[in-house]
Amino acid sequence: MNIYKRSGRATLLATGLAAAVSLTAGIANAADEVIMAVPTFLTGAGAPAFGVPARNGAEVIIEAINKGTLPAPYDKSGKGLAGRQIKALIYDESGGGAKQVTEFRNKVQRQNVDLFVGYISSGTCAAITPVAEELKMLTIFPICGTPRIFEEINKNPKYVFRTMGHATADGVAEAHYVKANMPGVKGYTGINQNYAWGQDSWRDFDLAMKQLMPGVPASDKAQWPKIFSGQYGTEISALMLSKEPLVHNSMWGGDLEAFIFQGAARGLFRKKKLLFSVADTSVYRLGKKVPTGVILGARGPYGIFAANVDTPLNNWFRKVYIDRYSVPPVGGSYQAAQGVLAAKYAYDKAAGMNGGKFPSKDQVIAALEGATYQGLAAKVHMNRSNGHQAATIHQIGILEWDKEAGEPIMTKVTTFPADCVMPPPGVNGTEWLKGGMKGAKC
Amino acid sequence: MQELIVILVDGLVFSSYLFMVAVGLTVIFGVMKILNVTHGSFYAFGAYMSATLIGAYYETDWPEFGGFLAIFAAALIIGVFFGIVLERGLLRFLYHRDEHIIVLATFAMFLVLEDVLMMIWGTDPYYAYEPMALLGIVDIAELTFDVYSLTLIGLAAIVGLGLWLGLTKTKWGKLLLAVIFDREISQAMGINVTVVFTVTFVIGAIMGALGGAYIAPTISVSPGIGVEVIVLAFAVVVIGGMGSIPGAMIGAVLVGVSRAAAVHKFPEIELFVIYAIMALVLAIRPEGLFAPAQARKI
Repeated sequence: MNIYKRSGRATLLATGLAAAVSLTAGIANAADEVIMAVPTFLTGAGAPAFGVPARNGAEVIIEAINKGTLPAPYDKSGKGLAGRQIKALIYDESGGGAKQVTEFRNKVQRQNVDLFVGYISSGTCAAITPVAEELKMLTIFPICGTPRIFEEINKNPKYVFRTMGHATADGVAEAHYVKANMPGVKGYTGINQNYAWGQDSWRDFDLAMKQLMPGVPASDKAQWPKIFSGQYGTEISALMLSKEPLVHNSMWGGDLEAFIFQGAARGLFRKKKLLFSVADTSVYRLGKKVPTGVILGARGPYGIFAANVDTPLNNWFRKVYIDRYSVPPVGGSYQAAQGVLAAKYAYDKAAGMNGGKFPSKDQVIAALEGATYQGLAAKVHMNRSNGHQAATIHQIGILEWDKEAGEPIMTKVTTFPADCVMPPPGVNGTEWLKGGMKGAKC
Repeated sequence: MQELIVILVDGLVFSSYLFMVAVGLTVIFGVMKILNVTHGSFYAFGAYMSATLIGAYYETDWPEFGGFLAIFAAALIIGVFFGIVLERGLLRFLYHRDEHIIVLATFAMFLVLEDVLMMIWGTDPYYAYEPMALLGIVDIAELTFDVYSLTLIGLAAIVGLGLWLGLTKTKWGKLLLAVIFDREISQAMGINVTVVFTVTFVIGAIMGALGGAYIAPTISVSPGIGVEVIVLAFAVVVIGGMGSIPGAMIGAVLVGVSRAAAVHKFPEIELFVIYAIMALVLAIRPEGLFAPAQARKI
């Protein structure tokens, strides 16, 4: 036996062990910092529309929190979260639910993450929700839209929060807008990506329309292209041949932009009135190529809708964002930033209630449950699903091109109160819609 | 009647798209027996290079129609570069390995190239709509179509015919057919199989890149576009028969027209149709509709 070889192996093993220990020590939560995991799409089709803008929005806010430079109403709350610096672990959400669950466990159990603020895909949020509760990990979803998170997957959440309205609010606001602005519309059809988001969006819009405009028929040939298919020529033909004048569309990212290019070339936007649920993700990128005169939403008062919100916080955010990234913030940027602000609000409030000492996780959760805090574009009311689901105002308008400013703008904007578009606390969204939206305060 | 005509036109346009993305895959499999997952990368790189070159071209004052040359230049640049680099740099070391190993290696390269793509072009989308805008629109059966998408039918026909003529009517094509029929005997008869493999892989890569390059003006060229394409391409190739160019064409037409009919008549089953056809064909003819006959070795 070669004793030198064995000795060499032992040395190597010991060195590796020492390195592993020191690495673990490096990852371990230092006493003066809060480790915040920020999962978002950094690769794949979700990156340009949502993932990267969300990362950018979160980065701007985290940096300002750490430096203590947030404007009012956060200007007197000091640096960091309850005085501790945020150490952000920004990582890729791509790969599907199973991979993200593994990564979530890894971050919790090996990297001592203190909280998560992230996840864009409804599918990922659905997969993470039970695991977050199992591991007792404070998790704030800033973007994902499916109502199923707190209506089906976890009706009694403790550790999971969502800091924006869910998809039901989109459908209801859109239907109200159509009723007010297209009272004589003869029918509607849709083209939505064939997965959870697209199906939920169409279902909620359709249910809301049936309640608000019961005499207006829906097409039985709404289109369901595969997500990321990129080729919509056939669907555009079918839409142009359909007799319904209004087309509901909740596509996003590259799919939405391909649909716009292909539809514009064939005159679809002259022939039909398009209603886009989340097209704000693309309006700045498309520039002059945006189809004007279409109805547009941004899943709340975000992105292009917030362009004229004149508050110190919003003005500061837009300036820093545009200076740094050379494009205005879109919906995802606002929503991710709003999620990080929820953490700032909750940690500081909990510390205040704890005599100025750094709060425990349970104290942070108690501070956020049922709270109302100031977002970038509007107030956020955590008043649904036992105080874990947010409700905010919602806005819909008409997209136009401002020739003088050389940028897209929103016109004929209608603002809907949160209690008009979100189901009341404790009520399932679908049942609320089917039951005639009782209790809505519009 | 109007709807029937529209279904046929839509079906042929989509079939042409399917054929363009599938033909390179089937050429490579026919000769090299490699299920090349990096085909999706060729498509994506072709699209990005096309968008970049088209963008650069229309920054100049050169004639507008010259922008179309940028599409073909992009396909050639990407196809030749990646074809040679991947075949000489990776695949030739794996020919003696099991087919599954080669599939996994090409899958690994596909994942690597997805990241390389983002390192080069970032995550922001690229647009190259000028060629599509240039060709304008035409009315067929009282419905407006963009001419650019219709030209895809012509391009697919030219590519299919060119490959078929090249394989059956030229000396080089006959050498390829010999290698397809029996690699070992071809080598024994003095055919330089190494060169045949390299050239075939480059041609397949150019075809994949051309698919992406030509589609680029109609889409938002963004991360992930190669992923969906590879799934569709596999479906078409499996239906037509692995390695058969006429099979890829028939498979593409079958899928394209059936899908168009589904979109117009029963949109809920659009997705189902493609894979139902594949399942049906595999159940009746597991080797695909036009798979070349396999000689049995004793």
